[in-house]
Amino acid sequence: MSEILVLVEHVDGEIKKVTLELLTLARTLGEPSAVWAGPGYGDAAKAKLAEYGADKIYVADSDEVVNYVVAPKAELLARLVADKSPAAVLVASTVEGKEVAGRLAVKTDSGVITDAVGLGEGFVADQSIFGGGVNVRSRVTKGTPIVAVRPNSTAPVAAAGAGAEEKVEVAPSEAARAAKIVERVKEEKGARPELTEAAIVVSGGRGVGSAENFAIIEKLADSLGAAVGASRAATDAKWYPHQFQVGQTGKTVSPQLYIAAGISGAIQHRAGMQTSKTIIVVNKDPEAPIFEIADFGVVGDLFQVVPQLTEEIEKRK
Amino acid sequence: MNIVVCVKQVPDTATERKLRSDDKTLDRDAVDGVVNELDEYAVEEALRLKEAHGGEVTVLTMGPAKATETIRKALAMGADKAVHLSDDALHGSDALSTSYAMAQALKKIGFDLVILGSESTDARTGVLAAMLAERLGAPQLTLARKVEVNGSAIAIERITDYGYDKVEATLPAVVSVVEKINEPRYPSFKGIMAAKKKPVETLGIADASVDASAVGLAAAYSEVAEFAAAPPRAAGTVVKDEGDGGVKAADFLASKKFI
Ligand SMILES: Cc1cc2nc3c(=O)[nH]c(=O)nc-3n(C[C@H](O)[C@H](O)[C@H](O)COP(=O)(O)OP(=O)(O)OC[C@H]3O[C@@H](n4cnc5c(N)ncnc54)[C@H](O)[C@@H]3O)c2cc1C
Ligand SMILES: Nc1ncnc2c1ncn2[C@@H]1O[C@H](COP(=O)(O)O)[C@@H](O)[C@H]1O
Repeated sequence: MSEILVLVEHVDGEIKKVTLELLTLARTLGEPSAVWAGPGYGDAAKAKLAEYGADKIYVADSDEVVNYVVAPKAELLARLVADKSPAAVLVASTVEGKEVAGRLAVKTDSGVITDAVGLGEGFVADQSIFGGGVNVRSRVTKGTPIVAVRPNSTAPVAAAGAGAEEKVEVAPSEAARAAKIVERVKEEKGARPELTEAAIVVSGGRGVGSAENFAIIEKLADSLGAAVGASRAATDAKWYPHQFQVGQTGKTVSPQLYIAAGISGAIQHRAGMQTSKTIIVVNKDPEAPIFEIADFGVVGDLFQVVPQLTEEIEKRK
Repeated sequence: MNIVVCVKQVPDTATERKLRSDDKTLDRDAVDGVVNELDEYAVEEALRLKEAHGGEVTVLTMGPAKATETIRKALAMGADKAVHLSDDALHGSDALSTSYAMAQALKKIGFDLVILGSESTDARTGVLAAMLAERLGAPQLTLARKVEVNGSAIAIERITDYGYDKVEATLPAVVSVVEKINEPRYPSFKGIMAAKKKPVETLGIADASVDASAVGLAAAYSEVAEFAAAPPRAAGTVVKDEGDGGVKAADFLASKKFI
């Protein structure tokens, strides 16, 4: 079987769930090789990657790879593509993952597909476009297929791989060192999971009414271990920080469960959540378009329904 | 400072968008074109930088003839002039060939700073800025929520999952902006009138030294194998809250093993 490169996403050595998903997916199509970029690699990381099926792990753990915007990662992957001739390269379809994919595509003269929600035989990718209205299957026709796959596209399943390590020395070219990261600023995001990675997302919209009222949404989210999202109406009103906006001009999420409270379901909102596996809606207007995509909907006042739901969940734990 | 801002015409998201059955590309004739909303933030940022540092703002659009509507809007906001890269040979270009053609046009125009939106609302690939930086050998300063220029030095705040990175580089550079960065101005009546007289240069591929065999549908690096309208989601259950709506929702969650 042929080798498939998987770029590992990690924060200070902590591997993100999407990487385990990509390894799981890669196993169905070939032999996954994990590519580690940046500091933080160690026994824990190695064990985790092997547990999810990495046959090889290419380790480029110098600071240099992450001290500059995107370009060194693309160079690293381009070098591995040249040296190892993999059948495909998979990255997470996050904003940065897509940028890495884009530069790599130019470097290797290869086609790139972004926002895949599935990947099958022949690296044919499933995409959902136009706010979820159209399903597309596409494939790369030139070069090494580079595919950016959305988090939560598949469930991570463990299956041991050899995890053979190979060090890769990197010295980014001068061009790749043109945009230097001089400081990383971590903003408090609390204990909640990250929006795009979360298995469950609870979002509030204009119906929530105020910043203070978002506590109702947060409580429901916390009872489920979920991330909190918001519609643009809510972020524009500054009731909730902008980075939590779900939709066309916000984050795209694809969780197992999406709960929308006080959100009408404009197409731009649906564009960011329509591929959620299960959707629950609370809205007092029975005509709200969001009900069209609900698996379960409650027509009612969110100030009654949401706290009651939270209480029930706590009770049944 | 010579600023080029990349503005795309996209179909209005509010209308129904379709793929053409013949070549599986977006049917742009069937829908109203609007300025890619995220590009308005790019235009605004370009105008603010010009106001602070002097110079000129050029709009660059690649697209069919009707994209001139979009160009006028950007000019009405205050950009000085525009270049419209337009050629039948460009129809069906994917991200790779679009970035190639735009990079060629940018080399011809010349620039200190190129500013893009973070994503186009139709293709939603969000890769063009990175590809342009790669092709132009210029620093990639993408996903900026703040841009500061000081002489030939440029610094941005790049949004990340954990917050933001402070990034520094030297001009010329490629920047993309997120919608947090500013509040785009509305064109004034005066601006709209003035826009009608501003120069718009149309470039064909030969004018921009774009190789015909490297663009368009035939040169694409990927293909749509098939597409279909998404099957409607199976109709869900909708209940009216009779004082027990939360309990019923919890029952549903339990039935799906979420709790
Ligand atoms: C180019 C473009 C990009 C956009 N990008 C995005 C995006 O990324 N994300 C996004 O979300 N939007 C986006 N929008 C905006 C989008 O069109 C809608 O305006 C927005 O999603 C509306 O948010 P909402 O559903 O919270 O508000 P509304 O549409 O006002 O809906 C509020 C809903 O709450 C219900 N409600 C009110 N009170 C209660 C109550 N007490 N209990 C229960 N229900 C109640 C109402 O019945 C109503 O259905 C974009 C728009 C454009 C033009
Ligand atoms: N045809 C085009 N003409 C001008 N600018 C474009 C074009 N396509 C994309 N862009 C710019 O590139 C950004 C990212 O687009 P995309 O990579 O297609 O999501 C947009 O916000 C625009 O600024």
